[in-house]
Amino acid sequence: MENLISLFVQSVFVNNILLAYFLGMCSFLAVSKRVDTAIGLGLAVIFVEVITVPVNWALNYYLLAPGALAWAGLPDVDLSFLGFISYIAVIAALVQLVEMIIDRYSPALYSALGIFLPLIAVNCAILGASLFMVEREYSFAESAVFGLGSGVGFALAIAAMAAIREKLRYSHIPEGLRGLGITMLITGLMAMAFMSFSGISL
Amino acid sequence: MKFLERFLNNMDKTLSQGPFKVFHPLFGAINTMLFTPGHGTTTGPHIRDAIDMKRFMGIVIFALIPSIMVGSYNVGAQAGVEGLFAAFMFGFLKLLPIIVVTYAVGLGWEMIFGHINGHDIHEGFLVTGILLPLTLPPTIPLWQVAVAVSFGTVIGKEVFGGTGMNLLNPALTARAFLFFTYPGNISGDGVWVALDGFTGATPLAAAAAAPGSAVAALNSAGFTLNNMFFGFTPGSVGETSTIAILIGAAILLITGVASWRIMLATLLGAYGMALIVQYFGGDAVGGMRTLPAHYHLVMGGFMFGAVFMTTDPVSAAGTNAGKWAYGILIGVMVILIRVFNPAYPEGMMLAILFGNVFSPLIDHFVVQANIKRRLNYGK
Repeated sequence: MENLISLFVQSVFVNNILLAYFLGMCSFLAVSKRVDTAIGLGLAVIFVEVITVPVNWALNYYLLAPGALAWAGLPDVDLSFLGFISYIAVIAALVQLVEMIIDRYSPALYSALGIFLPLIAVNCAILGASLFMVEREYSFAESAVFGLGSGVGFALAIAAMAAIREKLRYSHIPEGLRGLGITMLITGLMAMAFMSFSGISL
Repeated sequence: MKFLERFLNNMDKTLSQGPFKVFHPLFGAINTMLFTPGHGTTTGPHIRDAIDMKRFMGIVIFALIPSIMVGSYNVGAQAGVEGLFAAFMFGFLKLLPIIVVTYAVGLGWEMIFGHINGHDIHEGFLVTGILLPLTLPPTIPLWQVAVAVSFGTVIGKEVFGGTGMNLLNPALTARAFLFFTYPGNISGDGVWVALDGFTGATPLAAAAAAPGSAVAALNSAGFTLNNMFFGFTPGSVGETSTIAILIGAAILLITGVASWRIMLATLLGAYGMALIVQYFGGDAVGGMRTLPAHYHLVMGGFMFGAVFMTTDPVSAAGTNAGKWAYGILIGVMVILIRVFNPAYPEGMMLAILFGNVFSPLIDHFVVQANIKRRLNYGK
């Protein structure tokens, strides 16, 4: 239990998927103009991560990893080269599901997220979480907690970024830096503030 | 005085047009520093008040004077200089070049950006320029100060549109830049005493390294609670003396320049979190976890940060409820970083930067909650 709590804290703060690994930058930069939309996207990412990481764990554990097919009488088969394509397939299927749910229950959020909702399917933060899960050899419970933690970390960072950008709406930013330029700079400064966690080993 | 005023008015005419127009912002800064400008706010939704940005910043600098005095003396005293005045002069002469470099480089950047954007130099840098030197060790190389000030002013403030628009505290941005790029010159044991080859750990480093009880380790190193309260320990120039900072805090609070909510919330957050950590820590673990809560408040940069840095009205939360949340967040973070992060025994700088990042989000939620509550009145 203690192990799981510390894994959660680590994946939210210490190894924040956005500000420590810089994964999922495209939607982070594009959908952080308004806080409401950003929180909506953050929740969608949490939802997708919480399901995809454990599902991909099961996929890896029972089908893909070297020797995983021993239950089917094929102990020498190694399907791990199919990893990327299988994980992406799981993620894409789930994103379709999320899209339908959001369209049904929150049409406003659906139109606000626009193209970025289907693009969660190719959001590197989500594929990244699945790949980290395989690489770090998490157990099933750990993979679920890690999925939740990295999703919450993403949501926290994108919400903070959106609030900052709302605050900066009336600032006199030098012309060449308006838009993405200043957002990149803010990302760097936020990552510097998140450095306060680097080095913490729980 | 009349002569000086006439001279400046003539300069104003000469510089407002022609080839020397580039220097008008610089002239404006000096002119405003010496005399109250004749032009004030005339239109727009502003509150007319006797206090303007210059006076506001002036009070902060005035409140910093005790810290500068005691800090300078302490730099001399740590280096082993005998006598009150001699020690003060020794320390002051270490501090002065850092301040001069900070102002020269920072105001240079302000002038360049002022010229490009077509406005005068803002007063904002007055405070940043004195806060940064006070958070640095006395042995810091001056070229590093120049690099850090450039980063803090340009990336920390000017790209966001200058004074009043910055996201993070510019002085802390500059310090964090130094901290991560040249850690050897701003952390560790060798930089706090202004003598070559002389090492002296800060109280926080000593407590973090303690194998058993932190208080015993502090006492055996000569850092009693009294010593740390009055500020005769190694550390950054302005941060060591809690009593001097408290005098400054009194000035800021009486004049209403700084928010008492933020200060109090930061203190409460840190004290509460330190109590919790100590309660669960126990003596078996040793090091920072055994440190009593009130020790945290007088050690390292906590008090300096809580009084002068968290209360920066630009980068802090703006709503009243938000100020409480912001202060408590910083207080809790300080203790967490100090106790659980072995890489940084000093947590105040990073905790404040962390608070700065989240202050707009805190404000957003407070404003949304207010809107929601008022909508409910109508129901």
